[in-house]
Amino acid sequence: MNRLRHPVGVAILLLGVLTPFVPLVLWSFAGRWRYPGLVPQQGTLRGVRLLADPTSQVLQGLATSATIGAAVTVLSVAVGVPAGRALGLYEFRGRSLVRLLLVAPALVPGLAVLLGTQVFFLRYGLADTRAGVVLVQLVPAIPYVTLIMSGAYANFDVDYERQAALLGARPWQVQLHVTLPALRPALTVAAYFAFLISWSEYALTLLIGGGTVKTLPLLLFAYAGGPDPTEAAAVALTVIVPPLLLMALVVRGLSGRGGTLGLARS
Amino acid sequence: MTGRRPRWVTIVLLLAPAVTVVGVLFLGGLGLGVAQSFGYLPFLHGWHWGLDGYRALWHDPAVTASVGLTLRVALVSTAVATVLGVAAGLLLHSLVRGRRTVTAVFGSTLAVPHIVGALAMVLLLSQSGLLSRLAHAAGLSGTPAHFPALTADGFGWGIIAEYVWKETPFVALVVLAALSGGIGELRGVARTLGAGPWQRLRHVVLPLIAPAVAATSVLVFAFSFGSYEVPALLGRPYPAGLPVVALQYQQDVDLNSRPEAMAVAVLIAVVVAVVVAGYLALIRRLSGRPL
Repeated sequence: MNRLRHPVGVAILLLGVLTPFVPLVLWSFAGRWRYPGLVPQQGTLRGVRLLADPTSQVLQGLATSATIGAAVTVLSVAVGVPAGRALGLYEFRGRSLVRLLLVAPALVPGLAVLLGTQVFFLRYGLADTRAGVVLVQLVPAIPYVTLIMSGAYANFDVDYERQAALLGARPWQVQLHVTLPALRPALTVAAYFAFLISWSEYALTLLIGGGTVKTLPLLLFAYAGGPDPTEAAAVALTVIVPPLLLMALVVRGLSGRGGTLGLARS
Repeated sequence: MTGRRPRWVTIVLLLAPAVTVVGVLFLGGLGLGVAQSFGYLPFLHGWHWGLDGYRALWHDPAVTASVGLTLRVALVSTAVATVLGVAAGLLLHSLVRGRRTVTAVFGSTLAVPHIVGALAMVLLLSQSGLLSRLAHAAGLSGTPAHFPALTADGFGWGIIAEYVWKETPFVALVVLAALSGGIGELRGVARTLGAGPWQRLRHVVLPLIAPAVAATSVLVFAFSFGSYEVPALLGRPYPAGLPVVALQYQQDVDLNSRPEAMAVAVLIAVVVAVVVAGYLALIRRLSGRPL
């Protein structure tokens, strides 16, 4: 059992996933890459320089995306974890209805739902602001946090909390020292998903941010429609590095605890 | 002490923030969208209720052509990603050595925003893209124009390729998660009882993962039907994806196109709701139990 099983199958999987990254990486360093060359005829660091160039706004975009992503993560966890606790731990009338409401935004496309709110965001001064963008991005983020946490709470034994309370722990101590450690894997995955949703969002940011709140996806869209594939590819690499690094951290934090991405029992 | 509080108060307090945010923005947004599709123009005078938005939608060739394209792309992407994802998940599950590494690399597209995937597909699949150059090197095509148009094409191949690339690993990870609980034992029992590999797959493995896979494919369909940036980058201006049409009409300076934009948005929501409900009902009937 020391050899890799199904080497052909594994090769196909990895090839399928990695192939689209090849032209992306090559283009971001390609000074000249005319058809039908298989590799660039000339290398360049123009893409790298673009990232540092203040007029390109890439660094500001990075900061904007990170700020909004952090806010959406914190807020959707703050709102979604209690909801997940209620759905995972309690049986009550109307539970399936509440569940449907909180899951629905994951199913019905956000743009279709939120198009009608744009005029209200404009009216109440939330359009073209980061706060407004954070608010709309909460809509697709909350369902994932709620779902993952309700699965985790359903497998959580509340008796641990009761025992800690009997032993004299205050409610916040119970949460901090008993509940939180038990739910840490699910919480990590939920927070990561919330961040990912915010980081990747394009249409809602455009709708409410109106092009004033320039997150990285908005900048990338502009470059992708532009004349220079080198610049577009360089910006694209900038967009994927932070979430890939975070994913590596998340997977590392979870490994040894079993389960795939903590979804195993949800 | 939390224990002293009545149970229903605890439940209400826990649910209130999430239900408020989702209720106001999601249900409110849906309601406002429907109202605006019937002619309501908030904060403006001179609007009137009516079916003009839907009438315009019905007679607008940009919309009718777009419905076919969007539905086709979403259905094909979902079917292909589901089948490939299940196969990939089973393959990953059967790995002994290197499973964690292969899974991590395979799952990395999860972290890649669709807009990056769309750009990667342009650079890979367009007529002067890497695939076309490989075809040239292999002597299969002479010039970019010889290579079949896979992006900005009439069928939507480029859009489908992006969704399949992004969503197949998502389905595979869900399959892997569904298989992680006690499947080995069940398969062992089935083997002892004399079931062959095909029977084990058909009667043990597939029923076990079916609910999770069904729920995931519904998510994939809903996403690929309602996503904006992928058809905007990889599709044609005409027919464009439905979400592209909706946003375009919404941003139009002519306020008269507002009701039609909202009607398109309502159409997207209704199609997704109908397909999701129908599909889940079908699965429920086929499997003989609720999901």
